[in-house]
Amino acid sequence: MATIELKSVRKSYGTAEVIEGIDLQIAHGEFCVFVGPSGCGKSTLLRMISGLESITDGDIVIGGEVVNDIPAADRGLAMVFQSYALYPHMTVRQNLSFGLENINTPKAEIDQKIENVAKMLQIDQLLARRPKDLSGGQRQRVAIGRAVVREPRVFLFDEPLSNLDAELRVDMRGEIASLHRRLGNTMIYVTHDQVEAMTLADKIAVLRLGQLEQFGAPLELFNRPRNMFVAGFIGSPKMNFIEGQVSADLKMLELASGEKIALPSSGFAIAAGQKVTMGVRPTELQPDETGPIALSVKSVELLGGESYIYGSLANGGAVTIHSLGQTSVGLGDTIQVSPKIEEVHLFDTDSTLSLRDE
Amino acid sequence: MGKVLSFLTATRGKNGKLHWTDWVSYGYLTLGVFLMFGPVLWLVISSFKTEADLQRFPPTLLPYAQETVQVDGYDNPLPLFLMTGGDYEGQTLAQLRRVGSQAQMVDPANPDERLRVNIANREPVEKLHLATENYTELFERFNFLRFFWNSTFITVTATAIMLLVNSMAAFALSKYEFRGRMTVLLMVIGTLMIPQTVVLVPLFLIVTELGMFNSLWGVIIPGAATPTGVFLLRQYMITIPDEILDAARMDKASEWKIFWRIIVPLSAPAIAVLAILAIMWRWNDFLWPLIVLTQSENFTLQLALNSFQGELQTDWQSLLAMTVLTLLPISAVFMFLQKYIATGIASTGGK
Repeated sequence: MATIELKSVRKSYGTAEVIEGIDLQIAHGEFCVFVGPSGCGKSTLLRMISGLESITDGDIVIGGEVVNDIPAADRGLAMVFQSYALYPHMTVRQNLSFGLENINTPKAEIDQKIENVAKMLQIDQLLARRPKDLSGGQRQRVAIGRAVVREPRVFLFDEPLSNLDAELRVDMRGEIASLHRRLGNTMIYVTHDQVEAMTLADKIAVLRLGQLEQFGAPLELFNRPRNMFVAGFIGSPKMNFIEGQVSADLKMLELASGEKIALPSSGFAIAAGQKVTMGVRPTELQPDETGPIALSVKSVELLGGESYIYGSLANGGAVTIHSLGQTSVGLGDTIQVSPKIEEVHLFDTDSTLSLRDE
Repeated sequence: MGKVLSFLTATRGKNGKLHWTDWVSYGYLTLGVFLMFGPVLWLVISSFKTEADLQRFPPTLLPYAQETVQVDGYDNPLPLFLMTGGDYEGQTLAQLRRVGSQAQMVDPANPDERLRVNIANREPVEKLHLATENYTELFERFNFLRFFWNSTFITVTATAIMLLVNSMAAFALSKYEFRGRMTVLLMVIGTLMIPQTVVLVPLFLIVTELGMFNSLWGVIIPGAATPTGVFLLRQYMITIPDEILDAARMDKASEWKIFWRIIVPLSAPAIAVLAILAIMWRWNDFLWPLIVLTQSENFTLQLALNSFQGELQTDWQSLLAMTVLTLLPISAVFMFLQKYIATGIASTGGK
């Protein structure tokens, strides 16, 4: 069983702490995605799990065994690197067989395994070529093949699709998902792209500045973000944030401009006079002539089937509206909008934490 | 071949007319060829000259030797002269002996009659002649093969040891993080600033203490690690992406295997450059072998060449012939390895 457990894992370079105590449990067979902005420590965390980077404090447990002092090679993991890191002087076949030769696999068995993997990843025509003669997508397949052929307990992917163009990225994303279904291994996948995270993951870990912000299923993160960072990071386009103050009767959010938005009657723990930020996804904020807030339109994108309206509120906050169909709103217009009250999120402005009371 | 020819005869001017830049560039290139190959060509031609021909002034370009003839009644072949004046003008005579400005000569057709002529009235009969004995003597009179073997052994062994030591040091200095790495590197580079002559005496004492005096190993070992080599290889190895090494580590390769299977093949262009340099240094090295090797059976070619040049007389024809033979292997090595100098920057498989 390849469960992975991180117990208050820390990493620091000198005085700079890059991973500030992370606890995480990944079940066997789960596809876990580490997501976060650049510099959040997600790649470092992956390298710590792989054993390529030492840990300063805490425990990493793989399959029930503490692996802190076990070298990378003996942890039974395989990694796919961002730059693919294929051996440039070896053919594709040699790239695939290198790892197997190192564990003294019999020649016939190596050939058999390479054949199977090459067929599965459709690189069987490329075995005699060198990496420089392959396209980006083919290199990516070879890099994945090199990981698969060793039959590891756990796969680690370090931003494997970031060097591919958009179209190929979508294709390869599908292939990685189907690879996971077929092999059923535990996989950890690092990306800064929240769309990749949402589409691939069983569980997403959102990281920021070396800290775990939230860990859970994709829709759980989308529907019940624990703080404003997760709310803003998950979902595209980004969630809109509207700052205000709770009215004395707890029914209204009073904006600095004097506008008032109705608050949901239940589900949130709020106090009168509390500074609160309301989070509304662009799809849940719609033009409405009787709407409570005014929006001056800065730009409009019409895609035919859907439209995006970008504007700013009276207090200066930027807001995006995503609506289906086409709109007649034009540049420079001021429109009234209203949020769907049952879909809004409330956060404490000072602590940024969600005010959901369950 | 046709491609080479059309490349060599390419001109800027069209239709057989030469543009003025053609004149300039071909003139410049011809001068360059002359400057670079002239001395070498002169050396090779001179190595086929007899001793007498080498002493001649003014010198000739091609090797000439005086014709001789076997005359009845004389044991040795006699040199032939063409008479240009006097009583026997137009005749070809053989010289018996010469006293002052007078020479005793004989007509090969009529060997019994001795003729007296003035040496101003004659000139030697000459023909083109390759003095191959210059070369055969090297093998007969001197132990050329012994010197050749000594030089080859020192060059090959020292280059192999040097490449191994330098590439391992460069690998450690470029790819491992350890305390004092920069200090070690600076010390290595720092030794570049110390001239060899400064450390000559201490080095000699160490070599003697270790019992390597008058041994080929005494030449090989002290130069086994060169700062230039370490620095050159390190700079190249830095460009090999760390991710490839990480990938190899994940592939269960030992550090030793990473070195042999990943680092060495990927550094091949730099190693080839260093190999060429090392072979040239070692083959042409003179000062250090001169100090360590004193017995002639241990001499390298360079020392043997030096021994031809005495205080009072110099054995020019042997010196020239051996110089040619000494040049040949190094030129061959250069021809085989030169293509590596420019080729092959490691492609990482990434974009």
